[in-house]
Amino acid sequence: MERSEILKQFEPANENMLNILHALQNNNSQNYLSEEDIKIAANYLNTTYSHIYGVVTYYTMFSLKPRGKYIIRVCNSPVCNMENSTKVIEEIKRFLSIEVGETTDDKRFTLELSECLGRCGKAPGMMINEDVIGNLDNVDFKSIFENYN
Amino acid sequence: MIQEKRITLKNLGKINPESIDDYINVGGYKAFEKTVGRHHIEIIDEMVKSSLRGRGGAGFSAGLKEKFTSEACLRCEQKYLICNADEGEPGTFKDRIIMENDPHLMLEGMLIAAYAIGASKAYIYIRGEYYKSIDRINKAISAAKEKGIIGKNVFGSAFSVDVEVKLGAGSYLCGEELTLLESLEGKRGYPRIKPPYPAEYGLYGKPTLINNVETLATIPTIIEKGSDWYTSLGTENSPGTKIFTISGDVNKPGYYETEMGITLRELIYELAGGIKDGKAFYAAILGGAAGTFVNESVLDTPMGFDTLKEKGAVLGSGAIMVMSEGRSLFDMTNSILEFFKHESCGKCVPCRIGMPQLLHIMENLKNNKIGRIEALDLLLYESEFMAKSSLCPLGQSPILPIKSLKQYFENEF
Repeated sequence: MERSEILKQFEPANENMLNILHALQNNNSQNYLSEEDIKIAANYLNTTYSHIYGVVTYYTMFSLKPRGKYIIRVCNSPVCNMENSTKVIEEIKRFLSIEVGETTDDKRFTLELSECLGRCGKAPGMMINEDVIGNLDNVDFKSIFENYN
Repeated sequence: MIQEKRITLKNLGKINPESIDDYINVGGYKAFEKTVGRHHIEIIDEMVKSSLRGRGGAGFSAGLKEKFTSEACLRCEQKYLICNADEGEPGTFKDRIIMENDPHLMLEGMLIAAYAIGASKAYIYIRGEYYKSIDRINKAISAAKEKGIIGKNVFGSAFSVDVEVKLGAGSYLCGEELTLLESLEGKRGYPRIKPPYPAEYGLYGKPTLINNVETLATIPTIIEKGSDWYTSLGTENSPGTKIFTISGDVNKPGYYETEMGITLRELIYELAGGIKDGKAFYAAILGGAAGTFVNESVLDTPMGFDTLKEKGAVLGSGAIMVMSEGRSLFDMTNSILEFFKHESCGKCVPCRIGMPQLLHIMENLKNNKIGRIEALDLLLYESEFMAKSSLCPLGQSPILPIKSLKQYFENEF
C-alpha cells in the first residue's frame, strides 16, 4: 500500500504516533522502519526526524534494520526462564543458524527476545508474528517452522 | 473445597466475545444505561463506598481516584479516561484473559468511569504484542458504536463519549501510568515527576483518570449490584474478588478469580492442583518481578493488600510464581534483575547505573568472589539507594524481591 494511503487512516495527532509507526512498519515488506518511513511520519505529524527516530529506538517492537518475514519473539522473562527458555533459544539459534537479533539468509525469520508475553501458564512460550506458541520444552521446531513460508 | 468467585470473568466461556448481542443478552450495558440516568456524584459515591482498590498493583482506591479527577476542575474543556491495558508484569496475564473473553465488560466499565468523571474521550493503551486482545477490543468498540452505546447522546442522555485504541510498542515501563501518558503523547517512555498526579495534570496536561483493565471490568457489577454487595465479598481492607495468575511448578497453572482473603495454600493446592511431580513447596513470588519472595510461613496468610504488607510481601498484580524444592533462588533473582536492567529507561542515573551494579554483585557471588551474606547486604544497600533516588516504580522495585529474600531466605540464597 502507498504510504499516503496508510497515513490517511489516522489523524495527524501525537497520540496516533505509535499506531502510525506500527502501520508503516507492517506495510514495509522487510518489517522495519526505513529512513523514508520515518521522514514521512515526521512530516505528517509535523515534527522532526530526530523526534521520531528517538521514539522508534526506544520501543523494542520497532526496528531500524530490515528483518525477516516472520519475527520470532521468545519470552525470556522470569517464568519462562525458570521453564528453560534458555534451552529453547539455543535450539532455535542452532536450527535457524542465526544469533539473537539476526535474520536467516532466506529472509524468512528474525530471532528476537521478548519480555513477558503473558503466556506464563504455558511457559516457555514464544510468538511468531501474531501466533502464540506455548509449552515449548519438548517440541520439534522443524514442524513448527515449516508452517511459515 | 474452595470455589472460584467470578466477577470480572463472569461471562467467560458463556458468551461469544465477538458478539455484542450475546453480551447484551446476559444483561450487558444495563449498568451503563442506568448510570447515565443518575447524577455523576452518585456513581462516584457508590464507587468510593465499594472500596474497590486498583487492580494494577498499587491498590489505591478507585473511587477516590474518580473523585479527584472529577473535582479537578469544574469547567474543563477536556478530561480523559485511559484504560491501562499495557500488561507486562512477569507472571501476569489477567488483563489479557478479560480482554480476549469479555471485551465489552471492560468497555462498559470504561464508559461508566468516563461518565462519572465527565470525560468525553477515552483511550485504551494496550501492549502491541496482544494481537488477539487488540482485535477483540476493536471489534467490541465498532459494535458498540453501531448500537449507539458509544457516541453522541448515549441512551438519550446528554453524555457523549468516544473510545479509541492506542498501541504500545514493547516497553514494560509504559505500563506505569505517568510513563504511559508520555508514550501516548508520542514520546519516548520516560517517567514524569509526580506530583502533579494525572487527576490534576494528565494527558496533554488535562485531568485524566487511568485505571487498569481488571479494575474497570469490576465497575459494571458494582453499579448493578451495589457497593454493599461488593463489600460483603473479600476482606475488610481488600473487598471483592481478584484474578490470580499462577505459574511455575504447579499442576494446573492458569488464572483463578476468587474472593480476596483466600490463602496461598488454597490457591496452590486446591485451585492450581498442587505442586508438580509431588514435590514440596519451596517459594513463591507474589506480584511479579516487582514483587516479593515468600516461604511456606506465608501459605496461610489471607491474600489482601494489607495482610500481605504486614508480612513484608505484596499482592501487586496478583501474579503468583511458584517454585518447588530444588529450584534456585539465585537463578530466579538473577532473571528478575536482568529483566529490570533490560527495561530500565535510563532516565534516572541511580537506576541506569544501579541495575548493572546489582547484576555485577550477583556475578561476584556466582564466582565466589564474595560470600552469600555479604552479597545480600550489598544488594540491599544498592537497591535501597535506587529506591530512594529513582523517579518511577521501576527503579523503586528491585528492593522488593531483594528485601524479601533477606527476610525469608537469608540462609538459603
